Amino acid sequence: MSSRYHEKTIAELSAMLHAGEVSSVELTQYFLDRIKSRDGELNSFITVTEEQALAAAKAADERIKNGEAGPLTGVPIAHKDIFCTDGVRTSCGSKMLDNFISPYDATVVTKMKQAGVVMLGKTNMDEFAMGSSNETSFYGAVKNPWNTQTVPGGSSGGSAAAVAARLAPAATGTDTGGSIRQPASMCGITGIKPTYGRISRFGMIAFASSLDQAGPMAQSAEDCAMLLNAMAGFDERDSTCLDNEVPDYTAELEKPLAGLRIGLPKEYFGEGLSPAVEQVIRDALDEYKKLGAELIDIELPNSGLSVPVYYVVAPAECSANLSRFDGVRYGYRCADPVDLMDMYTRSRGEGFGAEVKRRIMVGTYALSSGYYDAYYLKSQQLRHKISDDFKEAFEKVDVIMGPTAPDVAFKIGEKSDDPIAMYLSDIYTIAVNLAGLPGMSVPAGFVNGLPVGLQITGNYFKESQLLNVAHQYQKNTNWHRAIPEDFA
Amino acid sequence: MSYDSNWEVVIGLEIHCQLATKSKIFSGSSTAYGAEPNTQANAVDLALPGVLPVFNKEALRLAVKFGLAVDAEIGLRSVFDRKNYFYPDSPKAYQITQMDHPIVGKGHMDIELENGETKRIGITRAHLEEDAGKSMHGTYHGMTGIDLNRAGTPLIEIVSEPDMSSAKEAVAYMKKIHSLVRYIEISDGNMQEGSFRCDANVSVRPKGQKEFGTRTELKNINSFRFVEKAINIEIERQIDLIEDGGKVIQETRLYDADKNETRSMRSKEEANDYRYFPDPDLLPVVIDEAYVEQVRSELPELPEQKKQRYMSEYDLSAYDAGVITASRELADYYETVAAKAGDAKLAANWVTGELAAKLNREEVEITEAKVPAEAFAGLLLRIKDDTISGKIAKDVFEAMWNGEGSADEVIESKGLKQISDSSAIEAMVDEVIVNNPSQFAELKGGKDKMMGFFVGQVMKASGGKANPGQVNAIMRKRLEE
Repeated sequence: MSSRYHEKTIAELSAMLHAGEVSSVELTQYFLDRIKSRDGELNSFITVTEEQALAAAKAADERIKNGEAGPLTGVPIAHKDIFCTDGVRTSCGSKMLDNFISPYDATVVTKMKQAGVVMLGKTNMDEFAMGSSNETSFYGAVKNPWNTQTVPGGSSGGSAAAVAARLAPAATGTDTGGSIRQPASMCGITGIKPTYGRISRFGMIAFASSLDQAGPMAQSAEDCAMLLNAMAGFDERDSTCLDNEVPDYTAELEKPLAGLRIGLPKEYFGEGLSPAVEQVIRDALDEYKKLGAELIDIELPNSGLSVPVYYVVAPAECSANLSRFDGVRYGYRCADPVDLMDMYTRSRGEGFGAEVKRRIMVGTYALSSGYYDAYYLKSQQLRHKISDDFKEAFEKVDVIMGPTAPDVAFKIGEKSDDPIAMYLSDIYTIAVNLAGLPGMSVPAGFVNGLPVGLQITGNYFKESQLLNVAHQYQKNTNWHRAIPEDFA
Repeated sequence: MSYDSNWEVVIGLEIHCQLATKSKIFSGSSTAYGAEPNTQANAVDLALPGVLPVFNKEALRLAVKFGLAVDAEIGLRSVFDRKNYFYPDSPKAYQITQMDHPIVGKGHMDIELENGETKRIGITRAHLEEDAGKSMHGTYHGMTGIDLNRAGTPLIEIVSEPDMSSAKEAVAYMKKIHSLVRYIEISDGNMQEGSFRCDANVSVRPKGQKEFGTRTELKNINSFRFVEKAINIEIERQIDLIEDGGKVIQETRLYDADKNETRSMRSKEEANDYRYFPDPDLLPVVIDEAYVEQVRSELPELPEQKKQRYMSEYDLSAYDAGVITASRELADYYETVAAKAGDAKLAANWVTGELAAKLNREEVEITEAKVPAEAFAGLLLRIKDDTISGKIAKDVFEAMWNGEGSADEVIESKGLKQISDSSAIEAMVDEVIVNNPSQFAELKGGKDKMMGFFVGQVMKASGGKANPGQVNAIMRKRLEE
């Protein structure tokens, strides 16, 4: 029997757990040991919850023994540190919440617990999910396991790096403008951002409420489907969560792709895209052709507006969402405030990092009296146009494909001083959030030893189809099984 | 008010009224008043990271009910907005309110002026929002404590047009709204507990001028008396200021009841830019006509409808009907008394007379009346069947108020039963005549006003118990003999 559990997908580990080939306690200890010995190089975890993990694993083993287990019972995973976890520090990557022990579980965390999933710990992230490189974290940058000189992407960079290095079989992430797909692409793993409203946002610390969406980050589409089964569903505590039936996302994985219409937006293959990355994507598209899919050129004429629109809407919402971090009730409070104003300004000034402050200021400006119409209102109007582009496209095609990011992972520090260049690394992912559509990133090859992700975008609530399209590709390729040499 | 008639006053009110829901507008916490600090504040009320608001549909129903009661347009699609400002008792540092699309649009409320005329006050809008918590200054080792029990209690803010031209009118309007929200049972209207409070926008202008003068906003006035005093003192201040060559500046002012003065809180320049925008955590509230009609069917008879009914059905004067219908509790009390006593007019006279005076003297509400409606009707029945006179009835009422029992018990124990036995009255009359021969001679001689003297003497001799009608009749008989 192999004890190289880190080479296994969740589907495989689940089968082994149910067959009694391994216990959850053994698996959990195995990954805890791996984190302990290897995460020093990556910094992908903020908090490791060893004690709770082993207790949960023990309980999971009981459930398995008693025949009460579901497919995920006993499987260890990590949660992005944006999800509130009862009794465990929930920092959101910020000094502001470094001392915050959440008194409750996010709905996603509750659902995972109910499924018997074991939490290994909380993963590093850009501060308040604001960043594309995981360099804005109060806990330091996360390194890409494929090349520790480079970034893992962001904001779910800790989750992506941990899964890529197989320190955890899977992790949760959140995606406001590409924060699941872009790091998944840069770390060579599979991630899906479902339709806005598919997964409850309750207990997920808000960045931009109308864009934030949780999702799984794993080794394969099949694993994502299994995890999504546990995460998705209506929650009466989230008014924007949709109350429609949740299908079994594993049910359609094996559907053949013959006749699948794939749309290729010309805007995603133009200027700014690295030619080497484009070649990887073209190769992936050839693979789909072999599987019987039809490639159709389409246009998303307003996609060029995505980045500017996003950088009005998201900061505007975040400027209000982050106002609650005021030093009054929890979180960081400055030392010896002389009065209320001093307490507010210093607590926030010292508690937030530069990127968070930049976005709060941009958002505050955009909402200010006299500027609201020109910025916020205008952006909302353009957001409709961006959505309409997709609506039109999906009349002609089933899914849309292209690169997840214009290039592979860049060097740590390379774009830190150039926010605009940093923002452009999300140029292909942001429109999907603005439209509220489901999107995936699937490993499709390498450039200079760094992974390239293929982005697949579907129509509203077509997660099953996306997972099917990705799974069929993964059955015919091995990119998703590649493990960075240093972590093999 | 003594300001001279060269000035015209313009007043608009913003009334904050807590809605009587069991739980908060966006969380499941209880709204009950008076609990230990922060025992009714859950994760949502504390604005912990990650929490989300969920709209309480009961608050919607109550707001729509209000809209229908003031004949307003109902917003079939209303939108919640965030109003951003930092304050320790505002845990999210924004208040969820409604800006561009309120649940209640234009409506109106009629008030009665002192000269008996009716004036229509426009209601601009009423919107749903959440209340803030409370700061408790200096209570904890010199630090400020925050109690978030009230945070998230549902409010409607009722905004009037600047249609009132005196403090008296403002109070009349506020009382009308206060009475209405209790009538339709959307609020307990408890002003001591802050369930019903008001901000007043006040300006003055020279008579005849079309443009409004610069207004000031008086904040958080929580009694009818203070509203009147605060507005009057502010009017005086503005007129004095202008007459002395100064200028009113647009600002928020606080009324200090102890010193009876208003003082500046912040000027327009210091005012917050609230950066309103639609709350992305909440969907627009969409309702249809069927829902509105359902709520309409739940409305009780409104004060104005009740007043008209009393006038036509019970033949009451507009004044009496107005007084009785001013509060739902008083109207309910009255209707019970009228029904049990079988005499609506007599009931109206006593309720607006003796009972109202007593309530006034004791400074209690009708709900705290020591004589319940049924017992009060029992008293009126004894007047009707001539057991006691109206005069004696007042003493009986007093005794009943003091807990000496029912009307019958008081009449019995104090021996107040009216003497209607004509032979007994005749004997008393004769005795009085015998004792006052000269006066009787004067009466016989045509000095009619001596009649009152004799009736009075007989009443006195009977201890007030003789039936005055009978005393009169017997005296007349004796005169003719």
